[in-house]
Amino acid sequence: MTRDRSTASLTDTTREQRMVPEAEFRSYYGRPVLKPPVWEWMVPAYLFTGGLAAGSAVLAAGADVTGRPSLRRAGRLGSLVALTASGVLLVGDLGRPERFHHMLRVAKPTSPMSVGTWIITAFSPGAGIAAIDELVPRRWRRTLLGRLLHRLARPAGMSAALVAPGLASYTAVLLSHTAVPAWKEAGEVLPFVFTGSAAAASGGLGMMFTPVDEAAPARWFAICGATMELTASRSMETRLGLIAEAYTTGRAHRLRRGSELLTVAGLVGTLLGRRSRTVSGAAGLALAAGSALQRFGVFEAGVVSAKDPKYTVVPQRERLERGLRASASVPGDEAVVGVDPDEPISRARSGGP
Amino acid sequence: MKHTKSLPKPSADVAGDAGHVDHPPRVGFFTDTSVCIGCKACEVACKEWNLVPDDGFDLLGMSMDNTGSLGASTWRHVAFVEQPVPLGAQTSGLAGLPTGTSAGTAAAEVVASRLRAAERGGGELGTSPLEVPEVPEDLGMPTFQRPGDGTGAESRTDFRWLMSSDVCKHCTHAGCLDVCPTGALFRTEFGTVVVQQDICNGCGYCVSGCPYGVIDRGVVDGRAHKCTLCYDRLHDGLEPACAKACPTDSIQFGELDELRERAANRVDQLHERGVTEARLYGADPDDGVGGTGAFFLLLDDPEVYGLPPDPVVPTRDAPAMWKAAGAAGAAFLTAGVAAFLGTRR
Repeated sequence: MTRDRSTASLTDTTREQRMVPEAEFRSYYGRPVLKPPVWEWMVPAYLFTGGLAAGSAVLAAGADVTGRPSLRRAGRLGSLVALTASGVLLVGDLGRPERFHHMLRVAKPTSPMSVGTWIITAFSPGAGIAAIDELVPRRWRRTLLGRLLHRLARPAGMSAALVAPGLASYTAVLLSHTAVPAWKEAGEVLPFVFTGSAAAASGGLGMMFTPVDEAAPARWFAICGATMELTASRSMETRLGLIAEAYTTGRAHRLRRGSELLTVAGLVGTLLGRRSRTVSGAAGLALAAGSALQRFGVFEAGVVSAKDPKYTVVPQRERLERGLRASASVPGDEAVVGVDPDEPISRARSGGP
Repeated sequence: MKHTKSLPKPSADVAGDAGHVDHPPRVGFFTDTSVCIGCKACEVACKEWNLVPDDGFDLLGMSMDNTGSLGASTWRHVAFVEQPVPLGAQTSGLAGLPTGTSAGTAAAEVVASRLRAAERGGGELGTSPLEVPEVPEDLGMPTFQRPGDGTGAESRTDFRWLMSSDVCKHCTHAGCLDVCPTGALFRTEFGTVVVQQDICNGCGYCVSGCPYGVIDRGVVDGRAHKCTLCYDRLHDGLEPACAKACPTDSIQFGELDELRERAANRVDQLHERGVTEARLYGADPDDGVGGTGAFFLLLDDPEVYGLPPDPVVPTRDAPAMWKAAGAAGAAFLTAGVAAFLGTRR
């Protein structure tokens, strides 16, 4: 059956949208084919905090080696706070939070969530030790434990920084490794959006909490990240065909446009305001906020694409029709057997509910 | 995404691949929808045997379907589709009678608008009641006028009623099983896919991993639930409750190889009788999920029954995704290192 959704999207008419013709497809009373994700706001919030923890660990390790104590402190503490928040969000989103440790029963390469569990497990001790070293009061630094902790802090921070790229990028696979059309089809671009977003957010955090003369690496990290995020994010909208509509309409569109505005503003502020602590701090805040909105926007696009059968049925139907034609010479390759391609009987007799 | 086949060839021995030694043959369901009469005995038998809780009592407006979908509390779901077309070459003898579709586009839109207003867009069907803030549109009192009476014979249509009992597909390459991070989902010795309720921590990944929208997280207990193909009954040599209860043998249980043969014969038989629209769904071991353990004979496109036309297990594209993630991670670390090298003081 045909469903005209133009009335629903009138409020949010964009140029991209008008260029995509309304797709005709049949469905079961307009009911979703897929189950929309059961995840709520805590998962996109974690996507942000996880990226922030990863990027901050990289900045902290670099600052440690190059002798920038306040950037190091901001990075280490930022990383630990973001990591703690991540843990709370991840456990809180479970249907049975008290069973969170069941994640540690197995290591499963086919499950990005299992891979992610072990990435976080590898990341946490390093990030934790490095951050605790920053928190040791002055009078305890001379004690045996204080000195041991201090000696461990650098290798610990390094280990976290080495795992950080995994932490920043696996969350993209976590979303793409599903049947959710908007996430699945973006699988090869989303990692660049997410690591770019992570670098922009953590660079921004460094700019907020570090004097400008020490924050140069944070600014450059943020500039690289924001550029990557903006480029990859735009390319998603042009590469995904019909599925791009999930990103370019509705709430997902508004969130991601907000993200783009904030990220561009943050980028400009970073480039122009590098001598002013106030401008730099504001730019950093804008970058972090832009990163957060990006995560919520991508998440929302996925939910929308799972709720509307159009995004499941139309691309699969198109693929099948191409495949059917192509497989005429390769018998037994059809997903649906028994259909005579010369007489599309079910097509001609369409008109179900 | 590129659609290159990166999974190993579908194995004839899924249970063996999962580590079962000396296991029984793979079993499954063949659901022949051409003989389904929509009695819903399968839904009831499943609920009774497996003690599945209620999923809300509602009049959905989807023909005789007031269940709506598979879900955490619905492991068999009978779909009802009303169409103004004849069944095969059958003459229904309706030409002289005032008939018409009882589910017109107006009625379908009432259903669709309620689904859109629901929090999960209707995805909650089969798991929990459809809670919609606004009251359903009032369609008025039922009239006693027969369809076509008011307008005359020219508006009369033919009619067929498609019914199909949907169930978990127990895929050869199961998305839910692949993504489960706790090992709660596992492959049984019968080649089926089952959730271990004492392990599941309700992460919800399987819900998004399933290309058919079968498995869902229960609202009350926070764990994932779906058809077990009556794992307990299989152990005692019994057939699953739904197949046992089916009065027309629309649901046939048995060894998968034998069922596939039987299904192919049935399609041939129907084609000979003029039901050229009959086709199998899920019986092909070369499809996107490596063939399903529970497959169907359908009389229209899969999407008409709420099934995906060409489902693909997410795992197939995993290598490409991880490759991209690796490149993105490398770019991230390079940016981090460069940020310090470029700003040396």
